[in-house]
Amino acid sequence: MGGKGMDHWERVNNPYDDDKVIAACSLFGMMDTSGKRFSGGDTITAIANMHERGNGLGGGFAVYGLYPQYAEHYAFHVMYLDEAARREAESLLQDGFRVALAEPVPTRKTRAIENPPLVWRYFLEVRTQNGQGLSHDDYVLEKVMQINTGVRNAFVFSSGKDMAVFKGVGYPEDIADYFRLDEYQGYLWTAHGRFPTNTRGWWGGAHPFSILDWTVNHNGEISSYGINRRYLEMFGYHCTMQTDTEVIAYAVDLLVRRHHLPIEVVADVLAAPLWSQIEREDGEKAALHTTLRQVYGSLLLNGPFTVVIAHQGEMIGLTDRIRLRPLTAATKGDLLFLSSEESAIRLVCPQLDRAWIPMGGEPIIGSLQRPLAKREPVAVEEATA
Amino acid sequence: MKTYLPPRFVIDRYAERCIACQVCVRQCSFDAHAYDGEDDEIRSYEKNCVGCHRCSVFCPTQALNIRLNPLSYRPNVNWQPEFIEDIIRQSEGGGVLLTGMGNDKPYRVYWDHLLLNASQVTNPSIDPLREPMELKTFLGRKPDRVELDPASLSLKTQLAPQVAIDVPVLFSAMSYGAINLNVQESLARAATEAGTLFNVGEGGLHQTLYKYANNAIVQVASGRFGVHPEYLDVARFIEIKIGQGAKPGIGGHLPGGKVSEDVAETRMIPAGTDALSPAPQHDIYSIEDLAQLIYALKEATNYTKPVCVKIAAVHNSAAIASGMVRAGADIIALDGLRGSTGAAPKMIRDNVGIPIELAIASVDTRLREEGIRNQASIIAAGGFRNSADVVKAIALGADAVYIGTAALIALGCTVCQQCPTGKCAWGIATTDPILSKRVNPDIGARRVVNLLRGWSLEIKEMLGGMGINALESLRGNRLHLRGVDLTDGELDVLGVRLAGR
Ligand code: SF4
Ligand code: SF4
Repeated sequence: MGGKGMDHWERVNNPYDDDKVIAACSLFGMMDTSGKRFSGGDTITAIANMHERGNGLGGGFAVYGLYPQYAEHYAFHVMYLDEAARREAESLLQDGFRVALAEPVPTRKTRAIENPPLVWRYFLEVRTQNGQGLSHDDYVLEKVMQINTGVRNAFVFSSGKDMAVFKGVGYPEDIADYFRLDEYQGYLWTAHGRFPTNTRGWWGGAHPFSILDWTVNHNGEISSYGINRRYLEMFGYHCTMQTDTEVIAYAVDLLVRRHHLPIEVVADVLAAPLWSQIEREDGEKAALHTTLRQVYGSLLLNGPFTVVIAHQGEMIGLTDRIRLRPLTAATKGDLLFLSSEESAIRLVCPQLDRAWIPMGGEPIIGSLQRPLAKREPVAVEEATA
Repeated sequence: MKTYLPPRFVIDRYAERCIACQVCVRQCSFDAHAYDGEDDEIRSYEKNCVGCHRCSVFCPTQALNIRLNPLSYRPNVNWQPEFIEDIIRQSEGGGVLLTGMGNDKPYRVYWDHLLLNASQVTNPSIDPLREPMELKTFLGRKPDRVELDPASLSLKTQLAPQVAIDVPVLFSAMSYGAINLNVQESLARAATEAGTLFNVGEGGLHQTLYKYANNAIVQVASGRFGVHPEYLDVARFIEIKIGQGAKPGIGGHLPGGKVSEDVAETRMIPAGTDALSPAPQHDIYSIEDLAQLIYALKEATNYTKPVCVKIAAVHNSAAIASGMVRAGADIIALDGLRGSTGAAPKMIRDNVGIPIELAIASVDTRLREEGIRNQASIIAAGGFRNSADVVKAIALGADAVYIGTAALIALGCTVCQQCPTGKCAWGIATTDPILSKRVNPDIGARRVVNLLRGWSLEIKEMLGGMGINALESLRGNRLHLRGVDLTDGELDVLGVRLAGR
């Protein structure tokens, strides 16, 4: 991955809405819904077990409950290709925020990772006078966009509170080794191994893709990409990376943060129930689903996909409505697992309370607000909303 | 005056097959066949033949063939036979050259330069025979977002009126008078059965068709023919007709001869008088005036149905469309260069307007740039020939399409362009009571329903091939289109990449 490809990505300005990145993948997610933090060991073991589903061109992790000592700060993980990029981005960060800590993300020399970029982390506080009337989140978002599109050779991996994304070019287990993820703790881990078919893969292009504290891991190819993207453009989102994942992240951001829809309802937009099903529903539910499809039809994700989406306190697994990509869910006590393959779950937790394959379009939600062990009779709410 | 026009067609009558049954004589409404009793023989008057094929289709012994007259002029790139003959016709009759149907000139048909995508390996195609495939479409204004009650999570958003159609193909405006009641009834019944809508055009809604009104679009055009409260009340939605693709910028003229008692009653004008639709709507000289009419109609119908505004696709359609949406149009209908008509001046039909493909692309793009694409649905019209054209139009950004000619072809029309003569041998563009009987609404409705069923099956196949199982995922999804043999400028307007890219 030389600088050449990188020079390119920020300038991607493609009037034809194209160059869509196609990828297949392995996904894994593990959450302790009681909020107990645990090390990344099991997640790394599980995703490594699905090695064959990736091709070494991208691996990554999202961890929540990661930085309790800085829980109220925006944690930025930023990648740089050179020192100049770092200087430029840092002056931007210093102007825009009070910087509580700036340091390189600790790494360990490994043979598998060649030519890594610089990765730094910053714990930032929004200066009140800098808000310009924007909410803190919108302000942060604007800064992230500024760095990603304006600063050459810099890219923000993640920018949420008490969470971070670690990712790069390599198999996920190598990325974990490189970033010493076995040394961190969190209550929610997600992981991704990537098989891009039409790009060389670059560090920023690995999953999870993140915006604020949202992270998206994705397996699939979205045949509705062209219209999803054009719809989001109407709301000011610019899809600079041309990945399906980016589109999903923006869609979730629009629906949850800006339109205030609960995640169960968001799932009904992204993997909308079929009209034949809506016809069988009762009046109120049918009205909701009909209205959602009428208004957000352009955000329906068509084509095969599985996503594991997470944000502070919540993890969601979802497949397309006719389930063209795999997803297995499982529970054990307060733990919720989501995985492309059941074997990966069984490897780290052989004695499960329950393991099942969710229906197409049915969101599986783990939430700190509803710890599994306290929920009766079993586990997760299936087919919510 | 002796005409200098040569016959356009040759009638081949195979003597060994002809049994002199005179079917052709009765079928031809243009008097191109006549029975000579003395010789017990059928004679041809080829100068009268318009090439409509009515006689050859109905000849019981297949003794007839109609072909282009091979008579050639000395080749001349500038003086094509058509121009020579137009001048001959005008020098003999004077006046404006009239014609029917859509523009027949070789302007680029962009549909034939756009190719669809299909899934391979990374994304499975979907088999519509085994998996659900959704074509359901809602026409009408959509809000920017859905609001839920924060506490109960129940739906707070109330949508403006929406019209559901099961197949994204509607029948475009064809008025009673331009076509006869049997044709309208065929379309009305087909629309009802297929879950779509028919547009009654500017001639009012005949009493016998009120039972199909739930599938009717009623027009309010510049002549205001047949507009009264009940007409507006019963319709599924109302269309304000500003312009028409076949004759942008000009009005309509239904000659008094076609205005029978029944047509007159439906139009609410005296029988036998010319029905003249002025070129502009004389109460709409600006966008504010349009807004007033839109809201007058919404008021009149208590905000129970969408109001559509139809314009001809012209040079600055994108800006006009944006104004229409802001003026309150819930649906905009764009009628392109190849849109058809029952009668139009030939110079207008052949030289005014822009191709619908480019109009859809530029209007959709413009409305998105302004963030108002969701506020109105787009119905595209003008020369749609098959389901692939429909799929491509939707991928470019249309919500649905209007078909006129295609539906008439299902009823027999052979696009002979004689509609303004009122002599249509297929009994379509005529109100002659005898010719009109040639369209039987029972059979007509079945033929049109068959056509729509065929198209929807094909649309589902194409969607499935692209890995899409709901039409809304194709709408405006230009990534599924590629252009061939198009210039960079054309690709740019269409927002489509060159094949191979
Ligand atoms: S029926 Fe039509 S094709 Fe046959 S002779 Fe008459 S005009 Fe020509
Ligand atoms: S409607 Fe009749 S007259 Fe008009 S083109 Fe068709 S067949 Fe010819």
